[in-house]
Amino acid sequence: MNVHEQFAEDLALYALGALDDAERQKLEEHLEACASCRRELELLRGDLSLLALTTAGAKPPARARQRLMSAIAAEPRLPVGAPAPERRQRAWWTASGWPALGWAMAVALVLVGIGLLRQNSTLHQNLASLRAQFADQGSQLEQASQTVATLLDPEAMKIELVAVGNKPQPRGKAIYQRRNGNLIFFASNLPPLPAEKIYELWLFPANGGAPIAAGLFKPDARGSATVVNPPLPEAVEAKNFAVTLEPESGSHESPRGTPVIVGVGE
Amino acid sequence: MLSAEPNAMTSDMALVTAIRSGDQGAMKALYDRYSSIVYSVALRVLQETAAAEDVLQDVFMQFWRNPGAFDASRGNMAAWLAVIARNRAIDALRRRRPEDDIEDVAVSVEHDLVSEADRSRTMDRVRGALQAMPAPQRSVLEMAYFEGLSHSEIAGKTGEPLGTVKTRIRAGLLLLRKVLAA
Repeated sequence: MNVHEQFAEDLALYALGALDDAERQKLEEHLEACASCRRELELLRGDLSLLALTTAGAKPPARARQRLMSAIAAEPRLPVGAPAPERRQRAWWTASGWPALGWAMAVALVLVGIGLLRQNSTLHQNLASLRAQFADQGSQLEQASQTVATLLDPEAMKIELVAVGNKPQPRGKAIYQRRNGNLIFFASNLPPLPAEKIYELWLFPANGGAPIAAGLFKPDARGSATVVNPPLPEAVEAKNFAVTLEPESGSHESPRGTPVIVGVGE
Repeated sequence: MLSAEPNAMTSDMALVTAIRSGDQGAMKALYDRYSSIVYSVALRVLQETAAAEDVLQDVFMQFWRNPGAFDASRGNMAAWLAVIARNRAIDALRRRRPEDDIEDVAVSVEHDLVSEADRSRTMDRVRGALQAMPAPQRSVLEMAYFEGLSHSEIAGKTGEPLGTVKTRIRAGLLLLRKVLAA
């Protein structure tokens, strides 16, 4: 074996993952160019695998198998090489800008998306990898996650349409599913925040109890803001939502500031 | 397509092919064949069953997501999984992000480790070789492998010069290879 002697010891350490960054980088550069050192590295890993295999004998508990099979069932895969589901063109309704369709449908799609995401606990925070790994959950998820991504994209253009001649007013829309505690809130045209102030969303319980904090937020330069699934107590029935202007510091458990927008019901 | 309970004689290659086509039953068969190896390595490194179970889950999920990472033409499934499991367990032990993509880890073993009987024979010889090793050499190898200590950490712990530690690690591995080649 024609291994470069100056790298021989480092190769063993590399196989063990024990080199520091600088040494590792130097060796990786050499490995790219040197087939015999690459081969030696594979053999060293083979030697190490024998060391690992000497540990054999412990049996994992049955629950580990169950856990794995459940995770796999929740993450079915298309055969490698099979065509991915056809990626939809931007849906017709996005072509002219999502506000044209109105909040209700856009948000309904978001809720579909959120619901699907929650079904998959392993992926609920990563829409991008979810699209990649769950291709076969079909175009519904594809479309929903695309919608979520669009709606939550700070770069996306958001245009408020108002009656001709009217000035845009601060407004918000809260969509709340009591059964699973999903809450999505969009606001637009909010006045810029004064120094040391912050907006806070509140849920007013139907039982007349004290308002429940549902998220602090700062609008962007255009006065838009989004709150998605703030932590809320379980299964609270809501009567209304409101946004107040609050001092940025101090407790945010109960309203201290002034109301800015308040719900008007369905 | 394999049935839900593939025959024990189904080759690793056939299982991998079925897994690549999304066959969950084949994945179950692969798990039954190799979970003990993965779990044992992780348990040896982490010394804790819950953490070892997490590594077990992680290794098989990674494989499910990317079965193409294992190159059956070059490697041996048992050896490859053992190396991946060890690396993931060390990452968990040192609380660092996984360093390698599983597909970047090519492992070459020149012994047939497919059947349990083959593995058990080979392991007896490896254990014998380890026992025959001078204690300082064995201990350096085990610190590097099962504790994930770097050569400088081992040098700090044993008081030996860095160069000696490096030499011992490599020589120890070559000795294993030599014993098995004999």
